[in-house]
Amino acid sequence: MATMELTKPQKVADAIKPPVTSIGIIGWMRVNLFDGWFNSILSLIVLYLLSMTLPSFIKWAFINSSWFTTSDQCKAGSGACWSVITANIRFITFGFYPHQLQWRPLLAMIILVLLLFFSQNRKHWRKSLAYAWLLGLFSMGLLLKGGLGLEVVDSDNWGGLPLTLLLSVFGLTAAYPIGVMLALGRQSRMPIIKSFSVVYIELIRGVPLISMLFMSSVVFPLFLPEGVTLNKILRAQVAIILFTAAYIAEVVRGGLQGMNKGQYEAAESLGLNYFQAMRLIILPQALKIVIPPSMGILISAFKDTSLVVIIALYDLLKTTQTTLSDPKWMGFSAEAYFFVALVYFVCCYAMSNYSRRLEKELDTGH
Amino acid sequence: MNPQKAGQQNVDTMPIITIENMHKWYGEFHVLKDVNLTVSKGERIVICGPSGSGKSTLIRCINRLEEHQRGRIVVDGIELTNDLKNIEKIRTEVGMVFQHFNLFPHLTILENLTLGPIWVRKTPKKEAEQIAMYYLEKVRIAEQAKKFPGQLSGGQQQRVAIARSLCMKPNVMLFDEPTSALDPEMVKEVLDVMISLAQEGMTMLVVSHEMGFAKSVAHRVLFMDSGEILEENSPEEFFHHPQHERTKLFLSQILD
Ligand SMILES: Nc1ncnc2c1ncn2[C@@H]1O[C@H](COP(=O)(O)OP(=O)(O)O)[C@@H](O)[C@H]1O
Ligand SMILES: [Mg+2]
Repeated sequence: MATMELTKPQKVADAIKPPVTSIGIIGWMRVNLFDGWFNSILSLIVLYLLSMTLPSFIKWAFINSSWFTTSDQCKAGSGACWSVITANIRFITFGFYPHQLQWRPLLAMIILVLLLFFSQNRKHWRKSLAYAWLLGLFSMGLLLKGGLGLEVVDSDNWGGLPLTLLLSVFGLTAAYPIGVMLALGRQSRMPIIKSFSVVYIELIRGVPLISMLFMSSVVFPLFLPEGVTLNKILRAQVAIILFTAAYIAEVVRGGLQGMNKGQYEAAESLGLNYFQAMRLIILPQALKIVIPPSMGILISAFKDTSLVVIIALYDLLKTTQTTLSDPKWMGFSAEAYFFVALVYFVCCYAMSNYSRRLEKELDTGH
Repeated sequence: MNPQKAGQQNVDTMPIITIENMHKWYGEFHVLKDVNLTVSKGERIVICGPSGSGKSTLIRCINRLEEHQRGRIVVDGIELTNDLKNIEKIRTEVGMVFQHFNLFPHLTILENLTLGPIWVRKTPKKEAEQIAMYYLEKVRIAEQAKKFPGQLSGGQQQRVAIARSLCMKPNVMLFDEPTSALDPEMVKEVLDVMISLAQEGMTMLVVSHEMGFAKSVAHRVLFMDSGEILEENSPEEFFHHPQHERTKLFLSQILD
């Protein structure tokens, strides 16, 4: 046997080409669905469940559904009543923002989406983009709040999707750098900084977000001097930032600990000081390692912004619930929540997609 | 080729490194015991000794990657104390090459080389890149400038690491077992670069067991054992007429 194999490979090596596997649908199914008995059984179970549920869902959601009807017509029909969304879309999206001024938050959201879209390409990360953000933030603030000739809208009237986006975009972008600083602080050799970071992180992680929001709206004002009030949205925003930062800090710390000691030594022996070494050598690598878990935290923080309902802010989820409490539209909660879930899903999916892309782009093959 | 001759003319009597009665402990463990060493400008010293004898610790004390607890270390006229400014100054004068290269994996080869000059020496980017290309040519790897470290072989990476140190125009180069993590066929390309550096008169402290290298470039060979410099001699004397029993034992082991 041994002698046979000794002579054989030489000849075969010339002839062998990479095997052509997945040809057409059958090939694709063989590779993706029926690769081994375990996967085949799983696939069959899933296919069976889909065949049970999918047709009736399609019938409900698309075939028998009503899209632009009154609630009475909806109640007569047997399918989904998407009219609950279309008829109330402006309230769901903008809450109590004055009706005739709702173009302003709409424009602000468009600016935000454009900026985010433009920022995802790392090639655009230049000074001009920073200016674009500053200008964008200023105009978004102006549009929402008013001033400079625009009618002023009190922040108590802000709500819906713009509020959700506001809380999450600022919450997440502010929480990240704070989290990184806390992580560095936790590794610091200076005892004061180190213990502050440890205490902060552990305290915050021991408390649910909902209680922090509650404290920010009920307890915190008690400590403010007489006559000083802090905007309710701002307080919720700060609570979200402080909360998320603690979780980011722990993830980043994991990344820092995963760094090879040699990287610190090489940076030091070139004469780089602490801040240069961190900024140029350590953080770029450590943060890259923790892209997936960081994104996990950012996504869950995004979803957690819906907890602001407990301090009576009208974010997207709350405006939807409010619509459902209207007797006319009661009973169509499935459709309404389906819609909200879809909005959240689109945002979260975009985030996780982006993190995957970033990871790939930053891969330098080591 | 006789680099030793060429190098010897460069030896100055002015000391560039002076170590006096230096001690170091790791907790209770006495790693370095009363080390005394004077290195002249242009001098090349090879340090050998069994694993764990404190060779790495000794040269890492010279650029303050490790802190000594007693005695004095003076590099280029500056005494190593806790003064951060002095430490950063000395680190720009002293280049260090590690056993595991320690290149920055997220930066290209060129960026690895320009980082120090740009951020520490405040050299303009264009000029830093010219310096970097000059040294990359020198270690014969200029065509890889745009690649990332992960795409290079071990020998190539170590040559890049040497070039990275040279870009800071150091007065002294420290090498901590620069070839011991390499596959055998790559050792020569790295030693060649080090030999040509020696021919130019660089002051070098090299922790290495490469006897051929020691014989051809070193002025002195030091033998360390359990934290002490036990023996110190010219390469010929050291390898052919070792004094101490422990040196003989060690040499017989590495000659196998
Ligand atoms: N950071 C450290 N903490 C405690 N002990 C250490 C540390 N670094 C090295 N040592 C110990 O000091 C001794 C000398 O180490 P080292 O200088 O690396 O030896 P060599 O380079 O000669 O092999 C060894 O016994 C090692 O275990
Ligand atoms: Mg060592």
